[in-house]
Amino acid sequence: MNGKPINNRAWLFVLPVLAFVLFSSIIPVMTVVNYSIQDTMGVNNFFWNGDAWFRDLLNPSTAIGARFNDALFRTLAFSLVCLVIEAPLGIAIALCIPRTGWLVGLTLVVVALPMLIPWNVVGTIWQIFTRADIGLFGAALTGLGLHYNVTQDPISAWTTIVVIDVWHWTPLVILLSYAGLRAIPDAFYQAAQIDGASRWAIFFNIELPKLQKVLVIAVLLRFMQTFMIYTEPFVVTGGGPGSATTFLSIDLVKIALGQVDLGNAGAMSLVYYLITLTVCWIFFTIMTQLERRGDV
Amino acid sequence: MRQGALPKIVLAVYLVVLMLPIYWLINMSLRTNSDIMSGLALWPHHPTLEKYVHIFKDPTWVHAFGVSLTYVAINTVISVTVALPAAYAFNRYAFIGDKHLFFWLLTNLMAPTAVFAMPFFNLYYAVGLFDTVWAVALAHCLFNIPLAVWILEGFVGGVPREIDETAAIDGYSFPRFFIRIFLPLIANGIGVTAFFCFMFSWVEQLLATTLTASNALPFAAVMTRAYSVSGMDWSLLAAAGVLTMAPGAVVIWFVRNHIAKGFALGRV
Repeated sequence: MNGKPINNRAWLFVLPVLAFVLFSSIIPVMTVVNYSIQDTMGVNNFFWNGDAWFRDLLNPSTAIGARFNDALFRTLAFSLVCLVIEAPLGIAIALCIPRTGWLVGLTLVVVALPMLIPWNVVGTIWQIFTRADIGLFGAALTGLGLHYNVTQDPISAWTTIVVIDVWHWTPLVILLSYAGLRAIPDAFYQAAQIDGASRWAIFFNIELPKLQKVLVIAVLLRFMQTFMIYTEPFVVTGGGPGSATTFLSIDLVKIALGQVDLGNAGAMSLVYYLITLTVCWIFFTIMTQLERRGDV
Repeated sequence: MRQGALPKIVLAVYLVVLMLPIYWLINMSLRTNSDIMSGLALWPHHPTLEKYVHIFKDPTWVHAFGVSLTYVAINTVISVTVALPAAYAFNRYAFIGDKHLFFWLLTNLMAPTAVFAMPFFNLYYAVGLFDTVWAVALAHCLFNIPLAVWILEGFVGGVPREIDETAAIDGYSFPRFFIRIFLPLIANGIGVTAFFCFMFSWVEQLLATTLTASNALPFAAVMTRAYSVSGMDWSLLAAAGVLTMAPGAVVIWFVRNHIAKGFALGRV
């Protein structure tokens, strides 16, 4: 970002973007803030409630606090499990895609296909696929003698949601990594060949360092998306059995639209939003650091 | 560089596993319900297009398909149009608050949609846009405009600054330079950006269903009709599911050669 002419009239170019995004962002956020500091005694009768909702929410000994704590823990665990599976798998598959050839285009299209399916349809696909009576996956696991039941057994439900996410989003890691790999000049590989480097040496000394930047982005996006996951578990498990797959988003919608408990929902939304903002900021800082190092 | 059969086998196995759930959905959509319930079949023994015909003849389904395509199209046009000058500004100029503004835009990309569902409902109800395609199109701008700015900024950076300067010396006014010279130079980038806007608007369902009731109900939401008192219409559900994949598959086929480039910028 060095050496750019300073021109504050550039703001004019940014104004349309600002207008659209502000309309969709500031007003809703302020509505949530309003809810979070007020209580209501009925339709449109709000009064000041200070930080009471927040104190309840962040205190695990209250009912809502315990609920929030559990949902937060479940969501973090889910994000972590997905990242641990998807990042290595994505890199491995990307390494298997040839650099050139007529198959590359077709492979990329097939790989990207799951990402283009509406999220509730992804849920539907797996709802069918995991049923023991009519689904291939469910029937196969039951046939192997495993105790598999998405609606009854928490472990099955959890595994299924993780499998769905891996199926749905590993393609993103693959495409990002593949693009990163393609950006490595052939000369690097030729030099490695001359030096007689092993496949592992090439991976750790050439490919992985070059992938660093796209991987930070991949991990950031995957963390955010898993942390916000809503539609797939909503369709497949509905948050159950019990509350085994009630992730933060699902709990939030239950509280806000199901119980119309606006105060708790507002406070929860804000805390949730602040967590994502913090993580986003950390990654953004890492990204700009990497970019600066790349410039030098 | 990568020789041997192992990578090919790994890739082939992965692609097959990836396609299995989708294949199963297609398989289901070509069978009747009684056929489905009678037992597993790895391929449809008596394939029928009955449910597809049913969907195409039912005005509710057809209308909903049109609705989905309409709001996605409106959103894509708005997002790309307003993002273009902003991407240019972010890449070419330094101005007060530019970095903070850029970060703030990106945070909207990361905002959990569940947080926005309830206030969006209130907002669009208040301004009278509830249950119109415009409500969904505008709501999706929340994450699609920042995304478009982010991707396009990378493509703008790929055009040397000398071109801007030469055009200015040649006497091009800024608007004329921007439309006649600059836009054609980043045509690929615009295509890739439009693709991603299309994709994220097409797959998002939480806001789309929260902001609509009957007039502007998206296609994927009409699928709940397959859940009825008389039991699940699995076959209909599967056929509708297959149809939701069609637009995405068509669009991605057109940008297949550019998609890796879009990702290469590390922008998506």
